[in-house]
Amino acid sequence: MVLEFRRQGIYCPAGDFFIDPWRPVDRALITHGHADHARDGMKRYLATEAAAPVMRHRLGQIDLETTPYGHETRIGDAKVSFHPAGHVPGSAQIRVEVAGEVWVVSGDYKTVDDGFSEAFEPVPCHAFITECTFGLPAFSWTPQQQVTDEIHAWWAKNQAEGRFSVLGAYALGKAQRILASLDASMGPILTHGAIENTNAVLRAQGLSLPDTIHVTPDTNAKDYPGALVLATPGGMGGPWMRRFPGASTAFASGWMALRGVRRRRSADRGFVMSDHADWEGLNTAIKATGAERIFVTHGYTSVFSRWLTEQGFDAGIVETEFEGENLDPAADEVVE
Amino acid sequence: MKAFATLFTSLDQTTKTNAKVAALAQYFRTAPDDDKLWTIALLSGRRPKRGVTTTLLREWAAERAGIPLWLFEECYPIVGDLSETIALVLPPAQQQSERSLTDWLSIVRDFGKHDVAVKKQQVLDAWDSLPAVERFLFNKLITGGLRIGVSQKLMTRALAQAIEVEEATLAHRIMGDWTPDTTTFEDLILTDDPTADASKPYPFYLAYQLEDLDALGDPKDWSAEFKWDGIRGQLIIRDDQHFLWSRGEELITDRFPEFAQVPDFIENGTVFDGEILAWDFDQDSPLTFNALQKRIGRKTVPKKLLKEAPAILYAYDVLEYQGQDVRNQPYQTRRTYLSELIGSVPDTAPLRLSATLEFEDWQTLADLRDTSRDRNAEGLMLKNAQSPYLAGRKKGDWWKWKVDPLTIDAVMIYAQAGSGRRANLFTDFTFAVWNGNQLVPFAKAYSGLTDAEFRKITAWVRKNTQERFGPVRSVKPQHVFEIAFEGIQSSPRHKSGVALRFPRMSRWRHDKPISEANTLDDLKAMLETYG
Repeated sequence: MVLEFRRQGIYCPAGDFFIDPWRPVDRALITHGHADHARDGMKRYLATEAAAPVMRHRLGQIDLETTPYGHETRIGDAKVSFHPAGHVPGSAQIRVEVAGEVWVVSGDYKTVDDGFSEAFEPVPCHAFITECTFGLPAFSWTPQQQVTDEIHAWWAKNQAEGRFSVLGAYALGKAQRILASLDASMGPILTHGAIENTNAVLRAQGLSLPDTIHVTPDTNAKDYPGALVLATPGGMGGPWMRRFPGASTAFASGWMALRGVRRRRSADRGFVMSDHADWEGLNTAIKATGAERIFVTHGYTSVFSRWLTEQGFDAGIVETEFEGENLDPAADEVVE
Repeated sequence: MKAFATLFTSLDQTTKTNAKVAALAQYFRTAPDDDKLWTIALLSGRRPKRGVTTTLLREWAAERAGIPLWLFEECYPIVGDLSETIALVLPPAQQQSERSLTDWLSIVRDFGKHDVAVKKQQVLDAWDSLPAVERFLFNKLITGGLRIGVSQKLMTRALAQAIEVEEATLAHRIMGDWTPDTTTFEDLILTDDPTADASKPYPFYLAYQLEDLDALGDPKDWSAEFKWDGIRGQLIIRDDQHFLWSRGEELITDRFPEFAQVPDFIENGTVFDGEILAWDFDQDSPLTFNALQKRIGRKTVPKKLLKEAPAILYAYDVLEYQGQDVRNQPYQTRRTYLSELIGSVPDTAPLRLSATLEFEDWQTLADLRDTSRDRNAEGLMLKNAQSPYLAGRKKGDWWKWKVDPLTIDAVMIYAQAGSGRRANLFTDFTFAVWNGNQLVPFAKAYSGLTDAEFRKITAWVRKNTQERFGPVRSVKPQHVFEIAFEGIQSSPRHKSGVALRFPRMSRWRHDKPISEANTLDDLKAMLETYG
């Protein structure tokens, strides 16, 4: 086995390292900076150059080595390289080759090019360990341009009614993807602190984002009529929201494809926008690897592996520590 | 269908009542009459008969989507709605359709006339010519469950704004035994002809639970009676015929044949409001709700049951008297009419006058209320002596003052996910009490917790599932909940030997270990006292 599934996470015996481990280990290869993939407490880290600033921002002083995409590093008897996953800026699939056998760990990925993250590249392999957060045929994403148009139309309508537009999105990735797609000439864009911190990190590494105004305790919302406010889902539920009375509220998430979830969130609008692959995307990506062995993780694993088995793949499930089974849509701020 | 889909989308995109009413009113100002009539029908619970089984719809959808049926079935509980699941798994539509809402509904209505192959082709064509929202709505029309967060009340308010007719008047016009095939928008809504439909009921006046007794003021201004646990009903005598309506606006005349004799005693042009109860004619008192329950849902009644559980109307109001709508006259005047009407009927007739209670002060009334459970009553009803009979649920003139529910502390042992808004959340639970060191299930409950509590228990259930039986999971016995309920009866069908009425979770007892939950003996003692 090129990779094994251990209590601490995915392990490579030939190179004596782990990929996205959730318990402290000596050497960790990290696909991207989200909290359920990049944990603290590892002795040494390896990640892409583009993922490094966010990881340092989140994990503080860590022993972090970086690599460009596509560059091959030898670790013990394993050859290792990182390839764009299209999930968030800096996110990677990790390719591990031992004695001519190639395994790829997808991390989180999406196959559509969002114009902001490095676009997903299929990596040919013998075995592919894939996430399947949205691994059901009920999930089929709306084209990005259409979602952007919907957000603009919603913003314009709220401006006409003299209301703020508060849009909830995860602080790393989703928020910046939306920012990058917005027409900043429409009005001021305000941001929650957690989002602004990530903006600063990404701007510093050269990514281009429109100008934003950080909402602080001193911010008077009335100074920014017609503003679009990017908030964390957590911030939207709390007292932070009180400074935007009468605002129209919305969330941007793949879960917004489901009417039940939209209604439970009791926001006015739900925009279907995910940084994960939809059903079509997952199936296309898996075929493109040419792999015969597929391991599924993160999501509707039992359903998706049964589907793959029926399609002729040798499919199995990898348990993760982060959910026993389906993701709870209510907790998507943690995962997306 | 486009305009209806636009309406649906605007309704679905807001949680604010005013915005919903505005969107509906705008639709009612612009839509063609036949579409308006269908919209009124759909939003007041009138639906075309289901002409295709959901089993067939699932098979066709899976086939069209190119996925196995089991995979479709896996999606359904996650999405939480069959119509939506179908709309989501299908490939994008290849054609466009300009058919109106009424056109689509006539296709749906006529499904019954065709064989399966024709139906299938019609459904597949529809799926292939409708964009996502319209496709979802089309599925809703076929499966007959268009619940889109708009009550009949809200729809009536919007229609009232659009056509500038008073809301209460419209509420009355919309009532009754009509379908879009038997009337027109003009006849039903715009023309005021109360004689057109002899069976047409009045909108029911519904009471809120009393919040503050002191706010009611002088006891002399109020009338009180016991509140009995039956079926709220409106009995209409017109044209030598009788019609019985339930509060759910269902015509239930045929289910209660005993009322056929009423036109012999009561003159035409009379409408009663009251409670349908199973009656003990020997004791001249109500039987338990359990007796009436055997009658509910039965379309034809065997003789034996008519004898065991004869029904009466326990009348507490009169809405039409001598052919006149008297709803605007004061309650005490209507009571005079009522006593006069019922005073002259023989004891064998299925009509009783709801007795008013004598009280000088609120304390006397409170003491009477405390006797409710012993009498099989749910509590009291308070009505202002001067009040008109209003339409719908209104505060101020009528109050229900129910007794506090019974409670028992129980251990959660099974959990099941909900549907719709509650999809992916564990909301339906089975509770147990101790019998020695065994936990015996005795009740299911699915309401009473906040959304935050449901999320918390959902996360816990996921981590503490012991076994799965289809959609049901057994969980580690760890949490104690206080279960509130309105009544308890013996039931040989249940393992515990008891059945509860309206059980719900009134409190999550974080403070109690499972060892302190109640026992089966405690339940049996309650059965002894209150059963």
